[in-house]
Amino acid sequence: MDLNVLWFILIAVLFSGFFFLEGFDYGVGILLPFLGKDDDERRVLINTIGPFWDGNEVWLLTAGGAIFAAFPHWYATMFSAFYLALALILVALILRGVAFEFRRKDERAGWRNFWDGSIFIGSLLPALLFGVAFGNLLRGLPIDASKNYVGDFFLLLNPYALLTGVYGLVLMTLHGAVYLSLKTEGDLADRARGVASRLWLPAVILLFAALGASYIATDMYTKLGVDPGVVPIVGGAALLSVIWFIRNHHEGWAFVMTGVTIVTTVMTIFMTLFPRVMISSLNPDWSLTIYNASSSPYTLTVMTFVALIFVPIVLLYQGWTYYVFRQRVSKDSLVA
Amino acid sequence: MDALFLARLQFAVTTVYHFFFVPLTLGLSILVAILQTIYYRTGDQLWKKATLFWGKLFLINFAMGVVTGIVQEFQFGMNWSEYSRFVGDIFGAPLAIEALLAFYLESTFLGVWFFGWNKLPKRVHLAAIWLVAVASNLSALWILLANSFMQQPVGYVLRNGRAEMNDFFALATNPNIWVQFPHVFFSGITTAGFFVLGISAWHLLRKSNPEFFRRSFQVAALYATIGAVMVIVIGHSQAQHMVQTQPMKMAAAEALYQSQDPASFSLLTIGDLSGHQEVFAIRLPALLSLLAYNQFSGRVEGINDLQAAYVKQYGAGDYRPPIPLIYWSFRAMVGAGFLMAFLALVALYLVMKHNVEGSRLLLRVLPWAILLPYLANTTGWLMTELGRAPWIVFGLMKIDNAVSPASAVSGVSILITLILFTVIYGALMIVTVYLLRRYARIDPDQETAPAGVY
Repeated sequence: MDLNVLWFILIAVLFSGFFFLEGFDYGVGILLPFLGKDDDERRVLINTIGPFWDGNEVWLLTAGGAIFAAFPHWYATMFSAFYLALALILVALILRGVAFEFRRKDERAGWRNFWDGSIFIGSLLPALLFGVAFGNLLRGLPIDASKNYVGDFFLLLNPYALLTGVYGLVLMTLHGAVYLSLKTEGDLADRARGVASRLWLPAVILLFAALGASYIATDMYTKLGVDPGVVPIVGGAALLSVIWFIRNHHEGWAFVMTGVTIVTTVMTIFMTLFPRVMISSLNPDWSLTIYNASSSPYTLTVMTFVALIFVPIVLLYQGWTYYVFRQRVSKDSLVA
Repeated sequence: MDALFLARLQFAVTTVYHFFFVPLTLGLSILVAILQTIYYRTGDQLWKKATLFWGKLFLINFAMGVVTGIVQEFQFGMNWSEYSRFVGDIFGAPLAIEALLAFYLESTFLGVWFFGWNKLPKRVHLAAIWLVAVASNLSALWILLANSFMQQPVGYVLRNGRAEMNDFFALATNPNIWVQFPHVFFSGITTAGFFVLGISAWHLLRKSNPEFFRRSFQVAALYATIGAVMVIVIGHSQAQHMVQTQPMKMAAAEALYQSQDPASFSLLTIGDLSGHQEVFAIRLPALLSLLAYNQFSGRVEGINDLQAAYVKQYGAGDYRPPIPLIYWSFRAMVGAGFLMAFLALVALYLVMKHNVEGSRLLLRVLPWAILLPYLANTTGWLMTELGRAPWIVFGLMKIDNAVSPASAVSGVSILITLILFTVIYGALMIVTVYLLRRYARIDPDQETAPAGVY
């Protein structure tokens, strides 16, 4: 295995980690106005992700940095192609990020409602747009011979990409609902479980709709074959099993399964792309691959050493924080 | 409208804005860690209160620094895709390392620190804020290493139509970083010092909780003095380094049109519109040579000679940066720097005389002096970045060639996002200043909000 392949895998891992972790953060943010009946309940919801959300978001920054370092052409082409969509994501993340800090700074209802709205929109928009972006990556984009995007913003809003966007949105919301059933208590946990079981069927339908649409819109089936292998099948089976675990009060397992679905979804996307990173719809020869978009072997070697040393360390201390703040959050814990 | 101009304006807006928050994060994280260390050692509740009070202001500022930093990670690819393709091999690495080494550490342990007040052993909790402080400054180190490559490219080879890394060690020990990082580091210390001095002075003037704010004032006076003096000392080395590596920037900062030996220092220069000569100048003889070489002689190259030399070296073109902007930025930065050193020394003198509340004049001035580090930080970066023009990477790539092609990113798109960012940043600035003012004025003994929970 050469370093180009290794870095392709590492970036897939970073996105898997990002969507697994930030997925439930977004889900909590999206459910905030629906599950939180009063200010105390909304505070409980926010505090379930309080110690984690910022660290989780770094997975995105690291994925972006890793793409820049390992595949500079991918970084340049993708971010200039998704220009307006990415700007919307950035604005959403800005408002959401400050909202967690600012909302508690004033007790007036209007103030808190505004920041709750920011958390909602700031979670919904990225959860939707990341799926749209990955749908477009799978579908292919007009990329010319000099590796530049030659389409416009509205080209990105095609039915297939919107479908994958909604799938991602519902899956992350489900993931967040299951997370809340694990991290809250009593009535609130019951309602979170109720939301999760209601979101399950739409998520399943969307998954299979997206898989069907992928047959038409992408070359997923030529790439993966009629028997797509263990990864997509495990993902589908995991999502199907979620409802059983929720009904039988195995929230921990339900969370593992929504997590597995997210990770296998990301892996399936990357397996379909491989060895391409951006598919040109104009000419297959113009696609960006892990070879024609990459950094030099020297840079990849340096970055490999850095990643092999520091990724495990990050996993250890982030894992430790989940252990430290493992308790469920209740109204009693709000007075600290 | 011109896409290049809009892209440059957007970079200026988002980056200058981001850097309103960064220096305070760099300096105040360490100061809060110091306060908590004193609390850990003495067990005195006053220092716990100090940690919480200044920590609360730190968190408001930190949040803004984090969210505006996200934009930085992505905008190279968005607006500057040609730049990203050209330098990605060597410029992406420090950015990725910054995320992996610093961002994870900083974000994760800030959560641990804020939510861990009643959940962790005191020693572990203290370690968390120190990790935040170290990680914040580590992040500055790596992003400045990336910037240093733009100022003084090292460790690369031109191959495959781009700059490729061929020596990571050279990149990580860029001679520029030894002057640039300490300058930024101590700017952070100074910013935090003046922030705490100003707010403490405001309270002392009103006799609100003088026992608390006298102690904060004492710590901050020492902190600000160390910061302000070191900034000047290192700024001097930085100027000497600049004369060697980017003489045009120094010449522009001094509006020195003709080479001189010994070179004079400009007190006031008005140039004509052609940018080739001065109309009127008051200059101190030989002082620029002293700055550049630590002696009263030595040739400092002027703008016109450098322009001619660069045309010979790099081909036809205008190699002069926007001279008035750089000239006045340099003066604003240096002026604010010396004023801060003076104020900090006066504050420290009064602390040593045990007579802080004796000078009502100083207590009145210091809250306003909070603005000085912000002026110096901003103008310092304007000079550093604009002074490199027309280069985006000195000697290797010009700004004109770095922008995303219009086929991918149109001028209209850039205009839309420019307006979007400007409006949101403007609104958030109002909110942030409102919150900082409000929470800075609350007597720490009257604080009711629980610690460690949103």
